[in-house]
Amino acid sequence: MQEMLQVVDLWVSVEGKQVLKGVDFSMGYGDVNVLFGPNGAGKTSFMMSLMGFPKYKVDQGKIFFKGEDVTDKDIYERSKMGIGLSFQRPPTVGGVSLERLINLLSKNNGISEEEVEVILENLKIKEHIKRSINDGFSGGEMKRSEILQLMLQKPEFVLIDEPESGVDMENIALVGHAINHLLGKDKVRSPKRGALIITHTGYILDFVNADKGYIFINGRVICSGNPRDMLNEIKRNGYKGCQVCQ
Amino acid sequence: MPISENRLSEIKSLAAAAKDKKALLGPDVDLERFKELAQRDRVENLSSLKAQTMEAAIMSGMDIKEDVRSGSFVQLNHSVIYESLNEKYKDQLQIMSTDDAVEKFDFIEDYFWRIVKPDQDKYTAAVALNPSHGYFMRVFPNQHVEYPLQACLLVDENNISQNVHNIIIVEEGASLNVITGCSLSKNDAEGIHLGISEFYVKKGGSLTFTMIHNWADNFDVRPRTSIHLEEDAKFVNNYILMKPVKSIQSAPNVYLTGKNAAAQFNNVIYGLKDSYIDLGSKMYLEAPNTRAESIARTIAADQSVIYSRGDMIAKTKEACMAHLDCRGIVFSKEATMYAIPALVSEGSVRAHLSHEASIGPISQEQVEYLMSRGINKDDAVSLITTGFLNLNIPYIPKFIDNKIKDIINATAKDAL
Ligand SMILES: Nc1ncnc2c1ncn2[C@@H]1O[C@H](COP(=O)(O)OP(=O)(O)OP(=O)(O)O)[C@@H](O)[C@H]1O
Ligand SMILES: [Mg+2]
Repeated sequence: MQEMLQVVDLWVSVEGKQVLKGVDFSMGYGDVNVLFGPNGAGKTSFMMSLMGFPKYKVDQGKIFFKGEDVTDKDIYERSKMGIGLSFQRPPTVGGVSLERLINLLSKNNGISEEEVEVILENLKIKEHIKRSINDGFSGGEMKRSEILQLMLQKPEFVLIDEPESGVDMENIALVGHAINHLLGKDKVRSPKRGALIITHTGYILDFVNADKGYIFINGRVICSGNPRDMLNEIKRNGYKGCQVCQ
Repeated sequence: MPISENRLSEIKSLAAAAKDKKALLGPDVDLERFKELAQRDRVENLSSLKAQTMEAAIMSGMDIKEDVRSGSFVQLNHSVIYESLNEKYKDQLQIMSTDDAVEKFDFIEDYFWRIVKPDQDKYTAAVALNPSHGYFMRVFPNQHVEYPLQACLLVDENNISQNVHNIIIVEEGASLNVITGCSLSKNDAEGIHLGISEFYVKKGGSLTFTMIHNWADNFDVRPRTSIHLEEDAKFVNNYILMKPVKSIQSAPNVYLTGKNAAAQFNNVIYGLKDSYIDLGSKMYLEAPNTRAESIARTIAADQSVIYSRGDMIAKTKEACMAHLDCRGIVFSKEATMYAIPALVSEGSVRAHLSHEASIGPISQEQVEYLMSRGINKDDAVSLITTGFLNLNIPYIPKFIDNKIKDIINATAKDAL
């Protein structure tokens, strides 16, 4: 069967620095995978490259999404094809209220006011929507706002960069359930969406059932395995053991 | 006449001596060209305004039905064509032509040509020598008026000089919200608008003043404004310019004379076609604990030239605080923008004065962020630019918001 995502020997540089050094990676439709790896390994750069941010310059290699070569497509085109991204550190958009963005996204994607209400309620974010996007948002508020936007966007393939960083235990559950809902994993008959999730703590694994884990080191994917086993190994020995695989 | 002959002749002779005195800033306008007299009849209500005139009034923020206004004043060329005060508020405030107020009130002498000088330049002189109305508003002590007063100064005739003198008095402990618009309902008219404005906010009073300007390509504008603030007085000034103008130059003086007085200026300026725009404010912090803030958001499109100024002048020896925040975007390769913040401390050893001025394109990062949500580039640019210009000014009708969007869509092409 054709893969949903296929990345072939991807080399990417940012501001002249080589951040991806030959990534080979693929995911099937509806797969949920997690990405581990030490700080600065290039995980975020990988996601930004998949989304098509021009700052992340592809020097070599190809990205295929749903069988189509998207390497030269811009961010908008990729999002229209069904890729979405929850940012590790989203930018502030001054003067534009989150509410305004919510209205625009729900209009664009045919989501009813009632549906929006439920999402706002579930993510406990209603009280912040009059504020400018991400302006002074706390770590947890920012992540909830990111997931909220994805829930209105309903991408087929979701890139989620550290959904639990800066989020307290209670809110991790909330964010976790929301992601699960977004991926359609909480209902038998919902359409299944695929996801790639970056996590350091693995807390998200308590809420989202991941099929496979990958370890990213020094600009490359070096191994894969059962995500829980990998997490336990990393917790015990850090990434030292990975040097062996490499 | 309540104003003494002595005082009047003093004003006239000061003005006469200054009638050729060029202004320090802005291109010099030959006033000899604008000598026509254009008088118009009164209207019964705002909905009986001529269609074009009404549209001009609406564009400058007028509420034609007057549902959410406590009173109205409309001047067309050299005539006052409409005045109204909701019955409900007649014990709270007064609104009328300044000419009438000068005839009527003894106290007016203390407010007439006091903080704007008749001999400042040829424009103030022209108004002193040849005035035609302008509005007078006064809120009585401790009165809080529910809805804003609205005033509109319109021009629909060629080659006139509209010389208005506006006076607002907010008595002790009172508060008032004013929305004013100046509009041209004849798009190709040549002419000039000269507006003298003297605003007084007494102890503990509060005035929020919002002005929307809609001029056009061949029209010059020279407002001359001063504001006098007593102890605990508050003044908020919102200014919006979204249409072309031949030239406009204005720098209101704000005198914070009483302790704890506070002033805030919000300017939203969009330079279109070959507009020459020179706007700023000068705030004088003369008393302890005074606070002043000036925020400007400017966009220079087409071939426009914009000067965005702001002067904070601390004079008190006690603590005071002032901040300037002026940010600009140049949308066109043929446009020019100057951001000129100035901080002055005259022996104000305890003053905190600061500014942040910047000119730069809209953030690529923000555009890409929105694009990743499935919003196309043009819409993303428009949303961000609208956000940039959004200073949360209350009582701005929704269509002005939409208008902003249209202008952005039409002029932001070179932005990225
Ligand atoms: N804009 C940039 N300019 C310069 N270097 C950059 C830029 N963006 C990323 N880098 C560098 O690229 C490397 C990879 O960064 P990236 O953010 O992809 O790592 P990461 O694996 O997501 O790390 P973390 O777990 O800390 O989030 C780092 O060394 C980082 O400093
Ligand atoms: Mg990262």
